[in-house]
Amino acid sequence: MPQILMPALSPTMEEGKLSKWLVKVGDTVKSGDVLAEIETDKATMEVESVDEGVVKELLVEEGTEGVKVNTPIALVLAEGETAEAAPAAKTVPEPAEAPVVPAEKAAEAAPSAAAVPAAPKFEAQSDPDLPEGVEMVEMTVRQALNEAMAEELRRDKDVFVMGEEVAEYQGAYKITQNLLQEFGPERIIDTPITEHGFAGLAVGAAFAGLKPIVEFMTWNFAMQAIDQIINSAAKQLYMSGGQVKAPMVFRGPNGPAARVGAQHSQDYSAWYSHVPGLTVIAPYSAADAKGLLKAAIRSPNPVVFLENEILYGSTGLVPKVDDFLLPIGKARIARKGADVTVVSFSMGMRYATQATEKLVAAGVDVELIDLRTLRPLDSDTVVESVKKTGRLVTVEEGWPQGGIGSELSARVMEQAFDYLDAPVMRVTGKDVPMPYAANLEKLALPNVDEVIAAVNAVTYRS
Amino acid sequence: MARKPVASKAKTQSNVPEFTGEQDLEAYREMLLIRRFEEKAGQMYGMGLIGGFCHLYIGQEAVVTGVTMASEKGKDAQITGYRDHGHMLVMGLDPKGVMAELTGRQGGLSKGKGGSMHMFSNEHKFYGGNGIVGAQVSLGAGLAFAAKYRGDGSVSIAYFGDGAANQGQVYESFNMAKLWKLPVVFIIENNKYAMGTSIERAAATTDFSQRGLSFDIPGEQVDGMDVRMVYDAARRAIEHARSGKGPFILEMLTYRYRGHSMSDPAKYRTKDEVTKYRQERDPIEQVKARLIEGGFQTEDELKKIENDIRAIVTEAADFATNDPEPDASELWTDITISA
Repeated sequence: MPQILMPALSPTMEEGKLSKWLVKVGDTVKSGDVLAEIETDKATMEVESVDEGVVKELLVEEGTEGVKVNTPIALVLAEGETAEAAPAAKTVPEPAEAPVVPAEKAAEAAPSAAAVPAAPKFEAQSDPDLPEGVEMVEMTVRQALNEAMAEELRRDKDVFVMGEEVAEYQGAYKITQNLLQEFGPERIIDTPITEHGFAGLAVGAAFAGLKPIVEFMTWNFAMQAIDQIINSAAKQLYMSGGQVKAPMVFRGPNGPAARVGAQHSQDYSAWYSHVPGLTVIAPYSAADAKGLLKAAIRSPNPVVFLENEILYGSTGLVPKVDDFLLPIGKARIARKGADVTVVSFSMGMRYATQATEKLVAAGVDVELIDLRTLRPLDSDTVVESVKKTGRLVTVEEGWPQGGIGSELSARVMEQAFDYLDAPVMRVTGKDVPMPYAANLEKLALPNVDEVIAAVNAVTYRS
Repeated sequence: MARKPVASKAKTQSNVPEFTGEQDLEAYREMLLIRRFEEKAGQMYGMGLIGGFCHLYIGQEAVVTGVTMASEKGKDAQITGYRDHGHMLVMGLDPKGVMAELTGRQGGLSKGKGGSMHMFSNEHKFYGGNGIVGAQVSLGAGLAFAAKYRGDGSVSIAYFGDGAANQGQVYESFNMAKLWKLPVVFIIENNKYAMGTSIERAAATTDFSQRGLSFDIPGEQVDGMDVRMVYDAARRAIEHARSGKGPFILEMLTYRYRGHSMSDPAKYRTKDEVTKYRQERDPIEQVKARLIEGGFQTEDELKKIENDIRAIVTEAADFATNDPEPDASELWTDITISA
């Protein structure tokens, strides 16, 4: 390549001043030699030679302003090359024959090429049919989560658990109880208090093909590790063109607990549900906790599994089958109804369920939906319900701005606007850091009365 | 107050390990490929073919070359930060695929979806290519964790710079690596500047080989401009890790000739400093001189190698220029795997 072109030295540079030549006609140059200095509004930079040869001609005088990127500025002939091989291009403001069209310029030239292809639609599967007469076992959410991990650890040697106090202490909230005894310290691993480090370490282990279950003592502490969860785990498959996977589960209690103050009482549902590449699950019932955690551990994708401390002790019926797996990305219709759709997940379901009982007693036929998975979000189930009821109330403990309710509201407006008989209403945690005082904390959380009031408002009963 | 030094200092030229002619020749080829590839990448950036950030490895070639020569290719895992082109070339990834990723084309190693800082190869056990400063240190410790978990005898080699060495997760990873005796070698590529901030302005202590001291991780400072020194230190460090003794830190004293990235004019250092390194310490010129003085290669033979490498780089550049951009449908692929 005999022509030396005016280089672009930053993503935004379009032209610059050729301030100084450091070679003259007849000089021999080799790779790495500085040929010239150029100036932009930001900086002075050096132009290095990539090829070897003799400087035949300088096409732009030093001191010239506004030299466009890719303009030939000099001719350098390699050994054996003749001047005839190179077109004399002195004073040509634009390259006579553009050697390349940068990708972004090509896109500008062809506006129709910018059409965005349609996003593929996620098709959620339905819950599996349970065998006739299957035994239902009453257990706590805690036991359900514990059983899910134990079963998957038995099934797959690549699965291991790491986190603070997961082994010898048996889990800060006893979710990992007895796992150390059964699976040993190689697979149930106590970590130092070092969320950023052990989350990153687990992601690296997942890149290498292991299937880590990372327990955060609470999701509040995962703020230290969020870079590794998002920048390393969630984006890896895409950045590698589909090559490197991160099959792993990040799990632990999420959302407000009780009287633990602002730094230990935050709902991260909306945060993680924002991120493509992650799967986000937030179960309410014991059966969903078990079936979805097992599915999460088997998932080839990074899963954020949001539990709730207050729900750990609540009980539910879990089917006693060998491999109880539930589909990720499928909402559950907890109660069928015709008058109003109430949508919630995790702890919000407790308020929503209690409100539904009272509303039904008062003659309001509520359809109650438990999202269970927040990404992919089963908006089909919600939209279909709203088409039937014409009204939507969302319930969550998180802050209102940019929340799950906001997202549902937007989707319903986009997909079922003509079916709405009332504005969508959101019941959320108040827009404040969580206060400690008992009375203020109670005020900051959503409650059953607020759900009832919202339903009354959208059904115009108040 | 006397303190017993735990880490040994960089060796002097008087006790430099010997390389055979074959080793020098291998190192010469690998380093020259990186140099010429990076020069071409810089040129293509200037032509607008490469976008965004582009961090060149010119000047630091001896580090990854010597370490990789001391490792088991295809078995030991490697991971680094954003200055990653050289690592991939030495590990045997296709130069065409690397260059086409730089130009964002479908034949790029990440189908054009990763870019300069995000390339990977499961086959070669290269795990990037990471754009977040310091993240690769925890990830690299995780690769070592997997090696130990499986007992496969492999070692993880995690490279990071003097800038990353001040990140908190580096020390979290040092702690766990030592605590769990993970087979990992931490390579600190100290090129003296974290972007535009010299180590003296960023680090309370500038002997990075000692940064594992409080975790009882042994460390050495190495002349990172001499591929023989790099190889020798890496061989011992990798052996240490592979034998079950846990992590080892190597601080490679190196230098980048170019700015931090293509758009960095590098005004924070003097021209004399750069010139001194290029003229007196250049890793490739050192090997070249040995090959000729030792009678292993003639100028003509080296010229032929140079021409071979130029052909490889030209082929890569041509491919990366003419290969089509990824199909628009790729926008929506590889986000999650359908179970």
